[in-house]
Amino acid sequence: MPSQAQILPGTLDLLILKAVSLGPLHGYGVLLRIEQISQGALLIEQGALYPALFRLVRQGLLKASWGTSDNNRRAKFYELTSAGRKRLRQEADGWNRLAAAIASALNTQPEEI
Amino acid sequence: MSLLSSLRSVLSAMLNRPRVEKDTDEELRAHVQNRADDLERSGLTRAEAERRARIEFGGHEKFKEECREAAGAHFLYTLLQDLRFGARMLRKNPGFTAVALLTIAIGIGANAAVFSVVNSVLLKPLSYPKPEELVALHQVAPGAAGLADFENGLLLSPSMYFTYSEQNRTFQSLGVWTKDISNVTGLEEPEQVCAVVVSDGVLQSLSVAPQVGRWLMAADQAPRGPQRVMLSYGYWRRRFGGDRGVIGRSITVDSKSAEIVGVMPKGFRFVDTDFDLVEPLQFDRGKLILAGFGFDGIARLKPGVELAEANADITRMLPIWMDSWSNGPGTDPHAYEKWKITPLIRPLKQQVIGNVSEVLWVVMGTLGLVMLIACANVTNLMLVRVEARQQELAVRTALGAGWGRIVGGLQVESVMLGLMGGVLGVAVANGGVHLLVAMGPANLPRLSEISLDGRTLEFTVLLSLLSCSLFGLIPALKYAGPKASQTLQSAGRSMSASRERHHARNVLMIVQVAMALVLLVSAGLMIRTFLALRTVDPGFADARHLQLMRIGVPDSLIHETQRVMRTQNDILDKLAAIPGAKFAAFASEVPMEGFDSDWDTVFIEGKTYQKGEMPPLHFYKHVSPGFLAAVGTRIISGRDFTWYDVYGLRPVVMISENLAREAWGAAENAIGKRLTEDPGLPWREIIGVVQDVPERAVQEKPPAIIYWPPMVENLFGRGPAQPTRVVTFVARSERAGTESLLRDMRQAVWSVNSNLPLASVRTLEEVYDKSMARTSFTLVMLGIAGAMALVLGLIGIYGVISYMVSQRQREIGIRLALGAQQGNVLKMVLGQGAKMALVGVVIGMGAAFALTRLMTSLLFGVTAHDPMTFSGVATLLILVALAACYLPARRAMRVDPMVALRYE
Repeated sequence: MPSQAQILPGTLDLLILKAVSLGPLHGYGVLLRIEQISQGALLIEQGALYPALFRLVRQGLLKASWGTSDNNRRAKFYELTSAGRKRLRQEADGWNRLAAAIASALNTQPEEI
Repeated sequence: MSLLSSLRSVLSAMLNRPRVEKDTDEELRAHVQNRADDLERSGLTRAEAERRARIEFGGHEKFKEECREAAGAHFLYTLLQDLRFGARMLRKNPGFTAVALLTIAIGIGANAAVFSVVNSVLLKPLSYPKPEELVALHQVAPGAAGLADFENGLLLSPSMYFTYSEQNRTFQSLGVWTKDISNVTGLEEPEQVCAVVVSDGVLQSLSVAPQVGRWLMAADQAPRGPQRVMLSYGYWRRRFGGDRGVIGRSITVDSKSAEIVGVMPKGFRFVDTDFDLVEPLQFDRGKLILAGFGFDGIARLKPGVELAEANADITRMLPIWMDSWSNGPGTDPHAYEKWKITPLIRPLKQQVIGNVSEVLWVVMGTLGLVMLIACANVTNLMLVRVEARQQELAVRTALGAGWGRIVGGLQVESVMLGLMGGVLGVAVANGGVHLLVAMGPANLPRLSEISLDGRTLEFTVLLSLLSCSLFGLIPALKYAGPKASQTLQSAGRSMSASRERHHARNVLMIVQVAMALVLLVSAGLMIRTFLALRTVDPGFADARHLQLMRIGVPDSLIHETQRVMRTQNDILDKLAAIPGAKFAAFASEVPMEGFDSDWDTVFIEGKTYQKGEMPPLHFYKHVSPGFLAAVGTRIISGRDFTWYDVYGLRPVVMISENLAREAWGAAENAIGKRLTEDPGLPWREIIGVVQDVPERAVQEKPPAIIYWPPMVENLFGRGPAQPTRVVTFVARSERAGTESLLRDMRQAVWSVNSNLPLASVRTLEEVYDKSMARTSFTLVMLGIAGAMALVLGLIGIYGVISYMVSQRQREIGIRLALGAQQGNVLKMVLGQGAKMALVGVVIGMGAAFALTRLMTSLLFGVTAHDPMTFSGVATLLILVALAACYLPARRAMRVDPMVALRYE
């Protein structure tokens, strides 16, 4: 198992949006999907996921509806709204720019100055 | 996100509360189940899998709460929950709730009642159009000895009125007025009514349109013109049943027929006076002189004119006035320059309020202190309760409740208490206002305007919220802190009192003692003032048995001087014949009756006056033979008037002792000496010297007084004898104040002349009490406040000490078990209480020392820092504190060590 990292504050929303953008999910599914797409590198406190989901619904980025899960349990499924899709694009762009900038800064060699 | 959608989500969250709640629960539960499924697949037993899943998930309730918060509507929901919880807590502790509510309700009620008086009397503007333009033409004359003592200043003379109203540049309108008593005859029984007599310009200034008819106008002022009169609304309703047809009808006022031209509307008061009739002043312009300073001036400033400009305008007109009029041949009109007449125009409202504002502010301030003490008590109660709930709070904190949530919950409870107390307080205030109005000084201005209005209610709500935030926040701050784990550790064991634990309550108790001391010192100073006033010799004795009644004999009813005198003499004889009546006499006024007095210059024989010099003005009054003996005023030297003096028109006077001393060194020396009002008039011989009498009020220095017989020649200049037409009759009788005596007196008067009405029927004691109404009102209010403070303080101290004892029961038990004597325990507890009381007393002394200066103007015969009051009150408070500690101390002494130790 790769060593796990606490996620940075503020990035949980982005991860949730990304996870849900790949297809409607229920809460536990979101957790599994994030673990899956981060190859288990990111650790999310399970309970903390739900307040974040509620917040995103309230902000109109996700919408929720009740359905039935694979194992025949009643579950609430989340999917992206168009506003959520837009927000994901913006946040992802911003994140990528930031990550690239930091990576490039960290890779700088003395002779490059 | 738009405001609208956020509102919608909050609303839907609110409305769908139960469902949403269930959904959230289900969702979180489903998560745990899903996780458990996965764990089970990895080989765990179902039970173990579920356990692991729950642990991994973390605090179910905490996340649920966070979800709620995230979904919005959290605040309202929490509030609702807190409200329900708070209501339950209050219901569960009826004792606490009742005591707290009662304390708050009385505190708020008393404050709201006094505030409504302060608001109605001091804050609300006068009920005339544009009241800010209305001014009273007050002026002072520091150079006129004799006048300077009195707060009325120098009133206006008719000639001043003409000069001011014709020459001014700063007033829209200006007039003079005075109060009078008129006899109305021809309608049922003859009746004495209150009249205001006004010049042109007065009604225009007040600018209140008549209900019916028209105002009195310049044309109605013509001397020897037709008599016209206006009615008050009340008189119109009472005498004419509100008939609009009265306009044009005539009534008989002072035996002269007068045409009714108008009726003033309901609620219209004349500055500070209730009246029945408005009559026109009819000055004979050709005969006016400079003097005659007997009228109040009222005016309406032109828009935008400042008081200073108006004062300057009057100052400019004073020389014009002196140039335009004269006091007769041989007098120097500019002699008045020595009087240093200075205009001191003030807003009409200030004139109306008079000196009552200090009283009201002092009372308001003291009741504010009582409110603080009440809050301190409730805070103490809250502290005890919160302390008892510490376990619960600690558990909630441990389960993840935030600081804000707990403080919020406590706040909601105290706000509920505060608001409920406020509602009850309004009821208390309603009763309190009635009490205040009934009890207040009879001369409390604007009495009829006092009511609980919107502003008072606003004040009450504000006060409730303020006070509950006070007693809600302190316990919250103290116990909702991050000390939960400590509390949990000590759970179940009552520890010996830690210093820090009692800190807040001790501070509260000290503050209470200090505030109670301030209040009691103020009340004590008022008591000393009252006693000092009572010891002043008022110049009369046994006032309770002196019946007064005022009778005026109008010129139009009996013209001839001798016949007026005869009539008055006949009334005296009839009064004296009433069974049980010991003395009967009359005077132009009885001390403290408050009628406008007469003043004149007094020249003393043998003293040289510079040409044009005006000697001091002195107060004078007419008394019948036997008047001084009847009321109990001592004649120090010489003799009283006799009826021979009166009917023989002998030029004799009596003077007050202070005047005799000033002029001749001793009372006896004055006998046989002579004085006059005007060097051109014959001398009058001094036949008697009378003790000094404080004519206006006992707290004022007794003025020098000249006593004249009731019928005098050469009054106000050379001329035939004139009677004193309006006089107060006094009769000394055991039955004074009873209806039966009044019936007899009425009979006696009407048997002499059935057209004579009686007015101002009262005993001298009533007059005397009324003159001290301001002091006694303040005394009663401060007394009530002081008593409340003392009782609340007593309860507060008792509460703190007995709680301390109950907390330390175990420690005391150990001490006793280890051999401490019961006396030691008693001493320990009492000592603790005494120590705190002492600290409170010291702080309170400092505060009182600084604050009592504010009430200096209300005091008499005692300084604001009276050591006796201060030390007496301090002793009293310490004794009360010890008494309050004694019961809990005895309980502590009786602690059975075995029981205390086994208790846990």
